[in-house]
Amino acid sequence: MNSALLVNIFRFIMLLAIQIVIFNNMNFLGYISPFPYILYIILYPVNSNKSGLIISSFLLGLTMDMFCNSGGIHATSCVILAYYRPYIFKFSFGLSYEYQTIKLNESLTPERFSFILVSVLLHHIILFVLEAFQFKFIWDILLRTLFSSIFTIITSIIIIYLIKPNKR
Amino acid sequence: MQQIFNFIIRNSNRLLFLLLLGISLTLTIQSHSYHRSKIISSANFLSGGVYERINRIDEYLNLRAENEELVLENARLKSLLFNKEDTTKLPLPDTIKGVKPADIIVSKVIHNTYSTHENFLTLNSGSNEGVKPDMGVINSLGIVGVIDNTSPRYSTVVSILNMKSQINAKLKKSNHFGSLTWDGKSTGFVQLKDVPRLASVRKGDTIVTGGQSVIFPEGINIGTVETVYKEEQTSFYVIKVKLFNDMTNLGHVYIIKSKDREELINLEKKEKDE
Repeated sequence: MNSALLVNIFRFIMLLAIQIVIFNNMNFLGYISPFPYILYIILYPVNSNKSGLIISSFLLGLTMDMFCNSGGIHATSCVILAYYRPYIFKFSFGLSYEYQTIKLNESLTPERFSFILVSVLLHHIILFVLEAFQFKFIWDILLRTLFSSIFTIITSIIIIYLIKPNKR
Repeated sequence: MQQIFNFIIRNSNRLLFLLLLGISLTLTIQSHSYHRSKIISSANFLSGGVYERINRIDEYLNLRAENEELVLENARLKSLLFNKEDTTKLPLPDTIKGVKPADIIVSKVIHNTYSTHENFLTLNSGSNEGVKPDMGVINSLGIVGVIDNTSPRYSTVVSILNMKSQINAKLKKSNHFGSLTWDGKSTGFVQLKDVPRLASVRKGDTIVTGGQSVIFPEGINIGTVETVYKEEQTSFYVIKVKLFNDMTNLGHVYIIKSKDREELINLEKKEKDE
């Protein structure tokens, strides 16, 4: 129990640090940047405390907002993703997900991939809608969501594979 | 009573979610109005300190470009000093566009964003050095933005690549002015709106800051005219301006302390009160 908490705190800090130092400075074509820091929410243990996840996601998003000067957009999208995570689990793994111990950082099955895909898409669409805040940018929002999601998913999967040996 | 407690305990997650969602949405909406919340900005001890450390490493990668810019500026200042066209109108050797050095704070950009619709910079000088909100920020090539928030050691700048920013600007040759905004598309171009149709504009004309603004002194370079088109409803010109500055690559900047500013604001206030 305690070690799981420590692993979570470690992940929280490490993912934020990587995001701020490296990925925030990546701008493919000027406006596409990946946000792999949401791996914290994706990799949070399935059966752990849910209110803990919501509060820590809020703090995660708020820290990102502080560094990005973006008001509350990261906090909003992180809180929404954290709250709807069980529903995405149900969608990807079927109803019986609560009785299994799913570990996302094992080999990549279609279910795990679909879970990451849906989570990333949900987070990014809320993020970019709130960022633009105007409907005249709808195509811009969709384009950014699409390309940023692709890059986030690629970097997320690379990070999952990189940290896998440590877990064993 | 019992039922209320039961309800709260049963729905604790949902209530927590709604509370946090409410807080974060409030912060988001506040950030989209011009006077932003003072809590969540990168001009604080934690993020400012982190950005300063990252920037120390990052600086080495841009040394060459930074040096070239300094050499060019040096050359320009020297040419001002030695090639005076008119000896009766002596430009003071230590002025930049009529701004005395005492009114300038030299600062460094430690964090720069240009990929969103509302972009901000973080500088490594704050209220300790005398930086206050609504001061203008320029560099040797042209304008950069306006100070937004300050903390003792850091400050944030509303970049000209921010859809909320509006700066008074004019044509250098004819004094027709408009307001400078950004449409959120390209980092190399901004839009000069509400230019009267009487103005004769040609491609390549220089756009400079106008005298109406109390933030910038008159005549600081902004960019050149790229294309001109008419706005359908208002029949004013909209000018697409190519910036002199590369907003994606900023190093040292100057913050302008305008001494007349408070006097002007007080005067206008008095006018309104009467």
